[in-house]
Amino acid sequence: MNATSLLLTVAGTLGMAVFGLFAGLWFTGLDRVLAARMQARIGPPVRQPFIDLAKLLVKQNVVPANAIPWLFNGAPLLALASAITILLYIPMAALPGLPVLDLHGDLVLIMYLLLVPGLAMVAGGLSSGSPYATIGAQREMVTMIAYELPLASTVIAFAWKLAQTDVDHPFSLATLAATPLWTLVGPIGFMGLLLLLATMILVVPGELGRIPFDAPEAETEIAGGLLVEYSGRNFALFSLSLAVKTIVVTSLIVALFFPWNLTDFVAISCCPYLATAANAAFFLFKLFVVLFFSVTLVRISVARFRITQVVDVYWKVLGALSLIGLALVMVDAQIR
Amino acid sequence: MKTIEVKKPSGYATQIGPAHPALKEPVMFSLDIEGERIRKADFVPGMAHRGVEWMGMRRNCIQTMYLAERICGICGITHSISFSRAVEQIAQIQVPNRAHYIRSIVGELERIHSHLLWAGVAAHELGFDSAFYLAWRVRENVMDLLEYLTGNRVHYAIIQIGGVRRDIVPDQFPRIEESMKFFEGAYAKLAAVFLDDTTVQMRCRDCGVLTTDEARELCPVGPTARASGIKKDVRVDHPYAAYGDVEIEYQTPDLLTGEVRGDVYDRIVTRLLEVKQSIGIVRQLLAMLPDGPLLAIPKPAVLLAKLKGVAGEAVGRHEAPRGEVMHYVRLEAGKDEPAAWKVKASSYSNYMAWIPMMEGEQIADIPIIAASIDPCISCTDRVALVRPDVRQIVTKEELHRLSVEKTRRIQAGLAK
Repeated sequence: MNATSLLLTVAGTLGMAVFGLFAGLWFTGLDRVLAARMQARIGPPVRQPFIDLAKLLVKQNVVPANAIPWLFNGAPLLALASAITILLYIPMAALPGLPVLDLHGDLVLIMYLLLVPGLAMVAGGLSSGSPYATIGAQREMVTMIAYELPLASTVIAFAWKLAQTDVDHPFSLATLAATPLWTLVGPIGFMGLLLLLATMILVVPGELGRIPFDAPEAETEIAGGLLVEYSGRNFALFSLSLAVKTIVVTSLIVALFFPWNLTDFVAISCCPYLATAANAAFFLFKLFVVLFFSVTLVRISVARFRITQVVDVYWKVLGALSLIGLALVMVDAQIR
Repeated sequence: MKTIEVKKPSGYATQIGPAHPALKEPVMFSLDIEGERIRKADFVPGMAHRGVEWMGMRRNCIQTMYLAERICGICGITHSISFSRAVEQIAQIQVPNRAHYIRSIVGELERIHSHLLWAGVAAHELGFDSAFYLAWRVRENVMDLLEYLTGNRVHYAIIQIGGVRRDIVPDQFPRIEESMKFFEGAYAKLAAVFLDDTTVQMRCRDCGVLTTDEARELCPVGPTARASGIKKDVRVDHPYAAYGDVEIEYQTPDLLTGEVRGDVYDRIVTRLLEVKQSIGIVRQLLAMLPDGPLLAIPKPAVLLAKLKGVAGEAVGRHEAPRGEVMHYVRLEAGKDEPAAWKVKASSYSNYMAWIPMMEGEQIADIPIIAASIDPCISCTDRVALVRPDVRQIVTKEELHRLSVEKTRRIQAGLAK
């Protein structure tokens, strides 16, 4: 790796971090406003997450007396860093130089990396020495185990289908972005993909700890669970990592299911910068649509599940759905 | 006093409260937990004692009546009706019929507002905030109606010993009917949200069960008892105010679902049915509203003079939204203030039902089970033991000895 590419990578990383933080907070604000409007409330201004962040950063950072300080303080940093790292692997709009670490990772790496922010929260919760945080940490681990089955089934379905088509790197995200799977399957496979999409839409609230899968934080039950002892800067870092994770998870769905660019449909030939800008805006729009259907709409229309029900829903209902989807994609390939 | 040692449990012990987001008022649950399951549950009340009775026994009866209204911010009229009924019995004041009707009308409107408030809180405990906002938005209508009729949204100050202070005139009937129509529509909407929603059913069905037998042993009151199939309602069993004149039935969940399971879901059903019932009662009462005066003794000075001359003791009862409320009052001749005043709030009877409801359920169910009896903690707390050195639990024998001592002290004081 020469100096120029190293410099480009560092610059790209910083750029992606800034983008992830800003877009994540902004989308969180949008989610809050839309949820409020659907509940017939006015809601906060869209910039509320930024205001909250500014407030948290000037607040006192309390470390409980019976916490393990290095782990308690390290966990939020790890959560944020790992969330930003995933962002470097996920293909976004057809922008030059994206993803930053294009050739170095694949879908399997992303699946593992997705666990890290959650594990950091578990470590932070367990090290904080609060019984509520301990209950929350146990629940977070159970939730992670629960949504892994539908998530893995979906990823397997994609990789298997791509491996069938004799591409060079079936697990690579660049391949995924270049070949929308919808065009490769027949009607049965199409139905299978729809099932997988529905599954992934409902994995998102679990990944992000939103209602109905927010048992690890469950405000009315365990007073914020994992995060109960966090305050000030550490809590700000966790809320930032959640914001970045929102972008990560929705981008992953966009990359898997909706990889098209605006320029695929509308030829913008007058100037390349305009085309790039249009693609970027279209990408943000896709993120917004995914976020709206997977987070906002879900969280205002249901009650919170018990942790046993979270596992039941993810394994029995969504697990079955994703396996049927996988089977349909496979059947489709056989009969074509 | 002897200190009871807490045995170390084999699972792990944790506590919810006294200050916790699930609890709107301070009470502490001490729990013996295995994983997510509650093996043993207990509660420690006595954290919101305000000394209301002590204050009431230092004011004249009319002032105490307004103080009684402030025992509870939700069921204000409950306590003023109960207190007035007790005093009226002692002084043998005949309340005019029109006043009886107006008392019942405001009582039923208060029931609608209290049950809607509860529905919102319950939805919030379940993490279903949309239903919470819906219930509280609907509730605003009855708050506005109460303000229109009485002048106040919360403490209506409409009751007076011997009647009521404000009339409901025919000009106001259309506005009341408009609200009743609104609530008929709202009932359908709320029933769809609370009873048909899959996630609410997943969380509330067969959760926090209080069987009919357990309910018979623990003697809960109000919707908590009726949801377990116990037919018990002061309005039907011992009609007072205008309740003797109207068609009124026990609202048990089998009226809607065909069965009694005694779970949290049944308690939601019972309360929603009671909202519908209250709409019907208000309409019946308005149709039959008799003419006549509002107060037996219109002048407060005359009333006070009369109350100063009477002696005796009586119990006043009212079916509050949460169940039976009971006020014991003793008046002595020559004294302005009540010689004794004892308030039994409905939650006092319902507390013990928490234990069988919680045991065997999950941590996630604690908020909704705690809320399902609609606890009114600061209304209920009557005693607080404050000793900084040691946490003491008073046994029954100890309590008995203390009360005998107190009685002797009072008797010695009377003898002087």
